[in-house]
Amino acid sequence: MTVVARGPRVTVAVFPGTWSERDFAHIIESELGWEARLVWHTDDDLGAPDAVVLPGGFAHGDHLRTGAIARFSPVMRSVEAFAAAGGPVIGSCNGFQVLTEAGMLPGALLRNDHLEFRCDWQSLRVEHPGAAAAWLGDLADGEVISLPISHGEGRYVADEATLDMLERDARIVLRYADADGRVTDEANPNGSERGIAGIVNERGNVLGLMPHPERASEAEMGGTDGLRLFRSLERWLQEQPAGAERRLSSG
Amino acid sequence: MGGIGLTMRWLAEVHVALRSGIADPEGLTIGSALRALGYPTVSEVRSGKLMRIAFEADDSDTAEAAVAEMCRGLLANPVMETASWELRADEQQDAEAANP
Repeated sequence: MTVVARGPRVTVAVFPGTWSERDFAHIIESELGWEARLVWHTDDDLGAPDAVVLPGGFAHGDHLRTGAIARFSPVMRSVEAFAAAGGPVIGSCNGFQVLTEAGMLPGALLRNDHLEFRCDWQSLRVEHPGAAAAWLGDLADGEVISLPISHGEGRYVADEATLDMLERDARIVLRYADADGRVTDEANPNGSERGIAGIVNERGNVLGLMPHPERASEAEMGGTDGLRLFRSLERWLQEQPAGAERRLSSG
Repeated sequence: MGGIGLTMRWLAEVHVALRSGIADPEGLTIGSALRALGYPTVSEVRSGKLMRIAFEADDSDTAEAAVAEMCRGLLANPVMETASWELRADEQQDAEAANP
């Protein structure tokens, strides 16, 4: 279990306009005691990480469409290779937008239906956490967690066939809900189709979500549900067979 | 215009619009503002983007194919957008290039 002996190493990709990378690095290093490595977008060397974070912000100014330009950054080639090798990747907020624009997750994220930037705590219903075990394995199916949202363009859209496929394959893992876990229009902060707040790729290792787990990982910040995503990752890494680490690192 | 075999300058006007069925809150808001401005008959506004792209290509087929690929590869996200364009030879720039 060399992964645990040295603590997981998490690479956080930084694009021009990214704003959440230091929050992630702070949680990874100060709260968890792991190693965080910030990698600039022109660098294609991820540094043999155990997991990769695409943080929030406004990559490349969000010009053209949110996240649209980031896929041309050299770092994304390495992130795609890392994900293709089964490495855990999480994209939060703008990171989710980057994942959809890069074709690593289906659908797209559009302007909130009310046109306002929304920054608030948000209740989320967890579904099929086992489908995204690397990131949600410690959470329970149907559980309600609370994470901050902070976005102007978080309205998840996809065609009906894609939405049905995501439902059928248990890939919708987080939905906007009220405090009791009911997915309602009133609880939906941006008009997302079917209340979608987070989805996972077919393999289950790439999670995209609009909320910010890194902003809810210390008690003094008002909540620690976000830390449970990192604890899930820690356990998932421990459960990987020997040799998996090296396989991932070569990605 | 450039002769055969010479690279020509082209101007493409690319219009990107949200697919029908995709909610356009910006268009809705503009529509209600137009009605407030005194145009109560405005029934729908759909917002979009216009991009004017100057580039070079050998002939119109190549230029057309290039614009199609630009739209497919970057300018429009087929998940929620459609692209259409008008392409014309940029005669003014060609003339300037010939007689600097």
